[in-house]
Amino acid sequence: MRGLGATPDQAFEQAGIALTAVITDPARVSPREMVALSCAAPNLELLLADWLNGLIFEMATRHMLFGKFDVSIRENRLEGKAWGEPLDAARHRPAVEIKGATYTELKVAQREDGSWLAQCVVDV
Amino acid sequence: MDPARLERKSAYEWHIRPYGKMRVPGVIFASEDLLRGMDDKVYEQVANVAMLPGIVGASYAMPDAHWGYGFSIGGVAAFDADLGGVVSAGGVGFDISCGVRTLHTGLKVADIDRVKHRLADELYRAIPAGMGSTGSIRLDGAEMDRMLEGGARWAVEQGFGEKADLERIEESGAMQDADPSQVSAQAKKRQKDEMGTLGSGNHYLEIQQVIEVHAPGIAAAFGLEQGDVLVSIHCGSRGLGHQIGTEFLKRMVIAAQDHGIALPDRELACAPINSKLGQEYLGAMRSAINCALANRQMLTHLARKVFSKMLPEARLPLLYDVSHNTCKLEEHLVDGEMNRLYVHRKGATRAFWPYHPDLPRAFKESGQPVLIGGSMGTASYILAGARQGAAFGSACHGAGRAMSRHRALDRWNGRQVVEDLEEKGILIRSPSMRGVAEEAPGAYKDVTSVVDAAEGAGLARKVARVAPLICIKG
Repeated sequence: MRGLGATPDQAFEQAGIALTAVITDPARVSPREMVALSCAAPNLELLLADWLNGLIFEMATRHMLFGKFDVSIRENRLEGKAWGEPLDAARHRPAVEIKGATYTELKVAQREDGSWLAQCVVDV
Repeated sequence: MDPARLERKSAYEWHIRPYGKMRVPGVIFASEDLLRGMDDKVYEQVANVAMLPGIVGASYAMPDAHWGYGFSIGGVAAFDADLGGVVSAGGVGFDISCGVRTLHTGLKVADIDRVKHRLADELYRAIPAGMGSTGSIRLDGAEMDRMLEGGARWAVEQGFGEKADLERIEESGAMQDADPSQVSAQAKKRQKDEMGTLGSGNHYLEIQQVIEVHAPGIAAAFGLEQGDVLVSIHCGSRGLGHQIGTEFLKRMVIAAQDHGIALPDRELACAPINSKLGQEYLGAMRSAINCALANRQMLTHLARKVFSKMLPEARLPLLYDVSHNTCKLEEHLVDGEMNRLYVHRKGATRAFWPYHPDLPRAFKESGQPVLIGGSMGTASYILAGARQGAAFGSACHGAGRAMSRHRALDRWNGRQVVEDLEEKGILIRSPSMRGVAEEAPGAYKDVTSVVDAAEGAGLARKVARVAPLICIKG
């Protein structure tokens, strides 16, 4: 899955949407409740895996799906917010449960056009 | 993969000569067709594993190998602690001790025909499947720890099954030296309401029939006959294992430099076996193995309850339970000497040969049952461990995906897949039609060519082919 944005923050937010898209159509998720999470890692790439794994943990333990994200990264520390709602199997029809964000194809980089890419393979 | 890149040793064995930082050769077991169909990434991943410290013998890939995370899926590698060998969280993966168990029913296909639709519906109601499903019990701190130490033995003590089940499970149902204190609070929280759940993706509970017996003598030892109805369950350690994998992957990547390990791929995150981190991981990973064994035991109990209600004449003893994502300490003969090695099997099944000391008495002469899951529309296989020492006693674990979920979703419609299979007499019950499309039979390789290669390479012997009748898909 891959997130693209004008800044690393935006690319991470888009990666959150891509994560949800593995499970269901993100447009079907109503942003009714907010969950805050923070993480830290030695570099931006491990930080991306941490952010996604944080979301996977919150989805699994709260039985929620998220459709809207806000990310702020400062010096390899991320403060994030995710808005979503409780999982409704009948309405969301989740295709799979995600086990974890892997380090395979893990990449956070600025592209030639100046935009940012945040990607990795997730294990389902 | 271009076969010209490898040295052909036999019809089913291909070698990668050590190059660069490889410490041992790479060995891929496959027919030429399977090899040609493998992604070049498999070659790269087999070679990368061969670069890890303390690897012994060779870095192996089974006939169902495909591009995985760090290790290829279908990867096998053994490490010697005394030679600076490592244990790799990436090498075990996220779904620790994911595996398959198969149960007899004592029934023939004709016995279930009249209730087949109702049986499918009842099983679907009884088996928590898919994202967000929860089990019937909640484990608190102390009970969670007892489960993580006791595995299927704990489950049987709680009333989920029978003592006789335990001798038909690897490690007699309980992995020794599990250390629940190394399992984080987050991992335990993630597992709290997931005991006795199937999960999703390629996990399933299937009712199957034996459609072909290849080795009558071994089939008899396994208690299998043509037309027998079986129950097979494929799932793992659920959220607890996923969280342990996630956490130790990061810790091992960060600590690699301090351990003097140059990782050829971050996903191969590992630590020396004789290090604090290595030992902590082993304690946590063994706890996750017990979680998987307990989980499959609880699902077995749920299936038995459905059968006892609908088909009271059925008895569901366990044939065997195998795990295919593990690292286990085993004794193997290397260069004429017996060594204690940490054998990683990532999407590969243990396949112990006849008279191996760790086999249950019932399988001493036949070799270990090796349970191979195919796709929901084709077939699965039951094999038997065959050749002493082959790839540290390992074989394939499934058909292996032939295409990504994305491509499968483009090509198939879930509802249509269900209807097509129903016409062939296979009933699918799943909470997600998108999930069914992603798991369509055509998205998988031909399982028969995979097991033919495993047999041709001498890794295991074909015993029986089974076809699905009902599939509860997570």
